[in-house]
Amino acid sequence: MSESNEFVRQVAEKKYEFGFTTDVHTEIIEKGLNEDVVRLISQKKGEPEWLLQFRLDAYRYWLTQTQPSWAHVHLPEIDYQAMSYYADPTAKSKEGPKSLDEIDPELMKTFDKLGIPLEERLALSGTAVDAVMDSVSVKTTFKEKLSEKGIIFCSISEAVREHPDLVKQYLGSVVPPKDNYFAALNSAVFSDGSFVYIPKNTRCPMELSTYFRINARNTGQFERTLIVCDEGSYVSYLEGCTAPMRDENQLHAAIVEIVVMDNAEVKYSTVQNWYPGDAEGRGGVLNLVTKRGDLRGVNSKLSWTQVETGSAITWKYPSCILRGDGSQAEFYSVAVTNNHQEADTGTKMIHLGRNTRSTIISKGISAGKSQNSYRGLVRVGKHADGARNYSSCDSLLLGNECGAHTFPYMDIHNNTATVEHEATTSKINEDQLFYCNQRGISTEEAVGLIVNGYAKEVINKLPMEFAVEAQKLLSVSLEGTVG
Amino acid sequence: MTSEQQYIELYSEASELIKSKSCNVMNAVRDEAFGIFRQTGFPSKKVERYKYTDVDAAFAPNYGISLSPLTIKPSAYIYNLKDAPVDATPYYHQIADHADAITALNTALVHDALFIHVPRNQRAEDPIVVDYWLRGTAATMMNRRILIVIEQGAEATVIITDHAADKQRFLTTQVIEVFCHDNAHLDLYEIEETTPLCSRFSNVYIHQGRDCSVKHNSITLTGGQTRNLCDVYLQGENSDITLNGCAIGSGTQRIDNNTLIRHEAPHCTSQELYKYVVDDKSVGAFAGKIYVAPNAQHITSQETNANLCASPEARMYTQPMLEIYADDVKCAHGSTVGVMDESALFYMRQRGIPEPEARTLLKNAFMGQVIDQIKFEPLRQKLYVKVEKRFRGQLDKCDDCRLCK
Repeated sequence: MSESNEFVRQVAEKKYEFGFTTDVHTEIIEKGLNEDVVRLISQKKGEPEWLLQFRLDAYRYWLTQTQPSWAHVHLPEIDYQAMSYYADPTAKSKEGPKSLDEIDPELMKTFDKLGIPLEERLALSGTAVDAVMDSVSVKTTFKEKLSEKGIIFCSISEAVREHPDLVKQYLGSVVPPKDNYFAALNSAVFSDGSFVYIPKNTRCPMELSTYFRINARNTGQFERTLIVCDEGSYVSYLEGCTAPMRDENQLHAAIVEIVVMDNAEVKYSTVQNWYPGDAEGRGGVLNLVTKRGDLRGVNSKLSWTQVETGSAITWKYPSCILRGDGSQAEFYSVAVTNNHQEADTGTKMIHLGRNTRSTIISKGISAGKSQNSYRGLVRVGKHADGARNYSSCDSLLLGNECGAHTFPYMDIHNNTATVEHEATTSKINEDQLFYCNQRGISTEEAVGLIVNGYAKEVINKLPMEFAVEAQKLLSVSLEGTVG
Repeated sequence: MTSEQQYIELYSEASELIKSKSCNVMNAVRDEAFGIFRQTGFPSKKVERYKYTDVDAAFAPNYGISLSPLTIKPSAYIYNLKDAPVDATPYYHQIADHADAITALNTALVHDALFIHVPRNQRAEDPIVVDYWLRGTAATMMNRRILIVIEQGAEATVIITDHAADKQRFLTTQVIEVFCHDNAHLDLYEIEETTPLCSRFSNVYIHQGRDCSVKHNSITLTGGQTRNLCDVYLQGENSDITLNGCAIGSGTQRIDNNTLIRHEAPHCTSQELYKYVVDDKSVGAFAGKIYVAPNAQHITSQETNANLCASPEARMYTQPMLEIYADDVKCAHGSTVGVMDESALFYMRQRGIPEPEARTLLKNAFMGQVIDQIKFEPLRQKLYVKVEKRFRGQLDKCDDCRLCK
């Protein structure tokens, strides 16, 4: 017991690997939020009138709303006037970076440190990257190669300039600005993010990836991602995120919208590793995200895979609207919480089309004094004949001060639907631990093994590079936390 | 005028009359409960535990309040609270959730209460039966209150039935507080057989000591709007709670069961099984939460909810929840909403059983799992028959009811 407690202490004291800050010249606008700030952001980005109006409408709606409190997390009162809504680390060059040479070398070092292959010489990794620091997209790689196939992969500000019709058509069509409090806030002040358009019958030849980084102090990050996958196409998209260690909370309120047309398929994978705060629960990122996919076409497919290890507070429900007949949706999630982290995460599967299918696999792991909740909704509409859902949510408790909770909702309005849900909560199996110990595997290693085995079902769904990272993260966060 | 206003006015007009018909124990908490009700009003659908029931609409019609006294056949263990042999003060309105609007309204308006008291180490040989008959010539509201105290080492079976004898609109609020002390055992059955004109709001609160066990069965055969809430507080070690529920909905019935099992002590077990068959345009809702407090280690808990939607317009909402703050526990829940097994139907039709008959057989077998759990043999047999009749649509009148014959 004492031996493993010692190990717990060591792990708890382990530094957050990505907690450094970069000393890069950053242009930050004045703190506070009002209509002028919204106008200023829009002006800085040289946006057309309709987008400014979109932002203003969202802002005015946001003013009428109050911060939601229904989630099983202790969301602090956020002072929305005490932070800056736009920070631009690329401000030196007015036009935005044209080639790698123009990017501040400090900035490049940051992404090198994070292991993000920004330089094309790292082509071997075969991933196209859009790197976003604070409010601005730093660099998008492989753009030319992708454009040969007609694929658009760029920052959303660039997309607004160069493909305004596409952006106008789809922006806000999946997550309307009035969807919820944080969606309204994001719609008003979103700064950058990625835009992906895959034309008809195209298989995206490489994985697309966005890397988000909060650097500047007292800023919030409000990125917006829009993915449109046209008929018969396929894309796999990865998202990663880190932030420096700071004593105060940083706000991250993002929106991801995905549109999937007939026979198209989108895979969206996230490894979320925002700074989780220190062992006493000081600081950390408040991760309040709205992610939703709209499966508009027949036989379309969307798969969300997420590994959530970071953030002080996670409030995130990647959802699917299964509108097209025969569409399929999947949600695979591993959420790990340690110390004072709180996570309330899950999914919504809204079945509207006939013969739609969805699968939910959620694995929660809580350690330390953390709280980990699964919250999910499966709704089968009146006309969704033959809808099928299977949900399984397991929670693993490591330590006697943490909590694991499950809040599934099922609303069934059709008598031909089959919906199953099962959930279990338990600690690590003593027999399995004993078996490993017997064979000379130390308790810490055994816990690592068991946890990895437990999460395997989800990790296996990740693209390979991510799976390695996710496994590493899991072991860092948890090995030996059994007490 | 909102529907709360109606009750606030009623209380200011009739509180003296109610108090005069009641006793000190009940009057002592009345004004405070009314104060809470006046402050909170009826819960809207935004209140998590009332998400699936429109309380305001149910209480909106104009009901006359019934103040007729309870008739109690003199028998052992059951008393009118007014002339109970033991003081009810330490029990009355002690574990009921004071903040709940229905409980508060019931506490304010109830004039007469039943007190079931089984003294130490005694065993109530025969079941204690409480039959409620809703009678009236106009729309009537009844407020019912039962206090059940099973002292240390005692044992009892309590059966509470709910019938409507007249074709009238009835609105019932009911609060049952159960105290099951150390080493005691209680089987509590609630059977509802009312008419589609009836609305029922029942709140059951169960407190358990150590080494005791309680089985609560809630059977909804017929009714209009049914809302059953059951909160269980396991406060002593080594205790066991079983919650079983069977709900059969047809027509425009609405059945909403909301349960909470709070494990506050270690080494306890809980089992919960709720099954629904919803037909026609009926709506079923189930929300069950299992809460394990910090340090309530070694808990084993299993919650199962299975539902059959038998018609295209029936709706089912289910919400099985776990909230766990202790690590050395085994808690699981499972929930399904599905259709009848086509291969089983085919098998039966192959053997000459007509399809409607085969469907009835399957529904019966599906519900049988809940009825099987009933320990009291005569009641179990009776319920097998009743459930089958119910599925055949022959249970529009209660067959054993003396008033209907």
